[in-house]
Amino acid sequence: MKPHRRKKLGMIIFMTLGLSLAVGLIAFAMRQNINMFYTPTQVAAGEVEIGKQFRIGGMVKAGSVRDDPDSLKVSFITTDFVSDVPIRYEGILPDLFREGQGLVAEGKMDSAGVFQASRVLAKHDENYMSQEVKAALDAAGVSTETYNGQVNGVLGSALPLPLPET
Amino acid sequence: MIPELGQFSLILAFCLSIILGTLPIIGASRNNLLWMSLARPLTAGVFVFLAIGISILAYAFYVDDFSVQFVAQHSNTTLPLRYKLTAVWGGHEGSFLLWTFMMSGWMFAVAIFSKSMPLDFVARVLGVLGILTAAYILFMLATSNPFTRIVPLPPVDGVELNTALQDFGFIIHPPTLYMGYVGFSVVFAFAIAALLSGKLDAAWARWSRPWANAAWAILTIGIALGSWWAYYELGWGGWWAWDPVENPPLITWLFGTALIHSLAVTEKRGVFKSWTILLAILAFSGSLFGTFITRSGLLTSVHAFASDPTRGFFILAILGVAIGGSLLLFAFRAPLMKSEFGFEAVSREIFILINNVILVVAAASVFLGTVFPMVYQAITDDLLSIGPPYFNIVFLPLMVLLVLALGVGPISRWKKTSTTYLFQQLGKVALASIAIGVVLPLIITLEFSLIATAAVTLAAWLTLSMLKDLANKTANKSTRMLGLKALSLSYYGMQTAHFGVAVMLIGIALTSGFSTEKSVLLAPGESIDLGEYVFQLNGVTRVTGPNYIAQEAEISVAKGDRNVGLLFPQSRVYLASRTPSTEMAIDAGFFRDLFVTLGEEKGNSAWSMTIYVKPFIRWIWLGAIFMALGGLIAAGDKRYRRLRRRQLEQLQEGSAQPTVHNAGAGLQVNP
Repeated sequence: MKPHRRKKLGMIIFMTLGLSLAVGLIAFAMRQNINMFYTPTQVAAGEVEIGKQFRIGGMVKAGSVRDDPDSLKVSFITTDFVSDVPIRYEGILPDLFREGQGLVAEGKMDSAGVFQASRVLAKHDENYMSQEVKAALDAAGVSTETYNGQVNGVLGSALPLPLPET
Repeated sequence: MIPELGQFSLILAFCLSIILGTLPIIGASRNNLLWMSLARPLTAGVFVFLAIGISILAYAFYVDDFSVQFVAQHSNTTLPLRYKLTAVWGGHEGSFLLWTFMMSGWMFAVAIFSKSMPLDFVARVLGVLGILTAAYILFMLATSNPFTRIVPLPPVDGVELNTALQDFGFIIHPPTLYMGYVGFSVVFAFAIAALLSGKLDAAWARWSRPWANAAWAILTIGIALGSWWAYYELGWGGWWAWDPVENPPLITWLFGTALIHSLAVTEKRGVFKSWTILLAILAFSGSLFGTFITRSGLLTSVHAFASDPTRGFFILAILGVAIGGSLLLFAFRAPLMKSEFGFEAVSREIFILINNVILVVAAASVFLGTVFPMVYQAITDDLLSIGPPYFNIVFLPLMVLLVLALGVGPISRWKKTSTTYLFQQLGKVALASIAIGVVLPLIITLEFSLIATAAVTLAAWLTLSMLKDLANKTANKSTRMLGLKALSLSYYGMQTAHFGVAVMLIGIALTSGFSTEKSVLLAPGESIDLGEYVFQLNGVTRVTGPNYIAQEAEISVAKGDRNVGLLFPQSRVYLASRTPSTEMAIDAGFFRDLFVTLGEEKGNSAWSMTIYVKPFIRWIWLGAIFMALGGLIAAGDKRYRRLRRRQLEQLQEGSAQPTVHNAGAGLQVNP
């Protein structure tokens, strides 16, 4: 083999090794850190094992939010209008978290059938529905229009949030 | 009437860019001087008409013309003027107009600052950019016209600019990011022009380098601004979320970083040519990918524009044609890109190659993590998300390797370096770095921590090897000052940017490792400890802003007996849309940030709030500033202009092309 060919071969081997190492690392890291998404109906049907980290998405059931006045603990129910899943969370809820609104939460099911959320995500923009919530409602056979009608009312005059009292 | 003028000027810009995308390129291949010389005036025309277009949109915002749909959706009468004017980029249509306008701005700059490049090359570069501009304007006119009217009944008042956007960061982050993003289109056009002409030599690399450096520097600032803004506005206490819309700029940046290094080798040594071209195509693809992601409606986030699928398809088509076409051209022309010199297994070329491989692998891993959920969903209809830990696990080892190589690269020699020389140069530096890394955090904190030790060691490694290199390069002159003066601007640019890496590394490591936070419920008069600090809630009052009302808490912070200051976090409700929004309060410092977000009032007039102490977080953005500064210093190196002049003289003397090899060899800063 000519020297420059050998050098080229060496370079190719070096790069291949590096790339396979990187791909292995990437595959490993990805496998460890994938959060699957489940709808309330899937969770209620027991499709998720206890203690496994996953994401759940649905609507915050109207009238279900229970705030502990002495701590940051809060509990509420998420629903896709077919099944309900109770969620518990400790911390400050996002700005756009509200009853009748969509939400996505990350966490685990405990043995009592309560979803212990480590993170609650709300949308950034009130006119726009999260894909995950939409998927959950679609799966439960609730139309997007129902959702939009409920949430947005008329274009622009969006949310039924009372202004703070003067 | 005036908005129609805006639309009309867009149409004119489109027609001009169609001509720009055809005649000069054809002219260049047929050696038709007249057609080639059309490129510059046409570019000026496109720029002027797009400038008129965007000014008219801004004017429509200024006069509250709610008959224009885009204005009605993103502004209202109570919006402060600075946000009215900048609401131009507050939504899909307007921000795409800004994107296209930025593009024409770069083109105009190329038209002006290209006097020393051969006309056929300039014609091809501007022609390629003209094709892109034409596609962008067509996209705007066909699917997302910012001047669409609401007929017959325009609303009396507009809706509201997304409240998360009503902030200083919104004024500067999008334009800077876009400017950096589209800057890579210029480098891409340089690459395509080289492929078209088949001339890919050191002169080409020298013309491209300032543009690549400038685009890279601006993109660095744009990303850093985004990170800084997200940190103080979105209120989750982080500075980077690995969000699918944050990732494309980072991917572009990583490719861009690889590109500016590879370009340097192509210029000085005449090797890595095809690789450089490929990186230019990849960096550009990254920027298009970013546009696609935010504008296709695939994602939900602050950055995503709610949109219809036709837009996604249109951008995907542009993406496919641009990337596919350029790769095809690349494949055809690849045999032309022969290396002019060889190099040994230990040489500066190899270290830059290692840098490139690491950066490209990093970019690919971010890309995979970003698109995998989308592809998975398209195939299986199931949803999943990939969390930040994935990116951290992949990124961290890659960056450590990169920093280790970075210490060796600049000190090694082109073509061939002996390992003994490297050991002799860097052995003591390595030992000193480890010593500093172990001792310095111990002295300051009195306890051992792996993170702090590793971070300080790596930062010391970068800084000391840099100083060692500086000492070597000035050793031959009679005085140090003379030696320092003899070094080129691009060398200083490189060192400044590399120093920025060290600063940023410290910031990232210490913030990630030592930040503390607490979510608490405080009634007025109550206090809470966090680390060395005591936070006390003094009271909550109601305040009124121009288009919002808010509850404002007053929190005093003390460290031991010393008063650190007062913090005023707010919980706002914007009046037009009734959107709640949290406005955090930050006490910024060189060594730490104190940061409070206000939640809501619970029973017994107690308020929920989250308190953060974030050590060294400012260093992250400070590092980015150093990097960008380095890029700009290097871009401003007179060497490029001087050489161009020399070249021009040579051309005028009648000798056709300068002999590239000599120019390349003569350029070497370091023997």
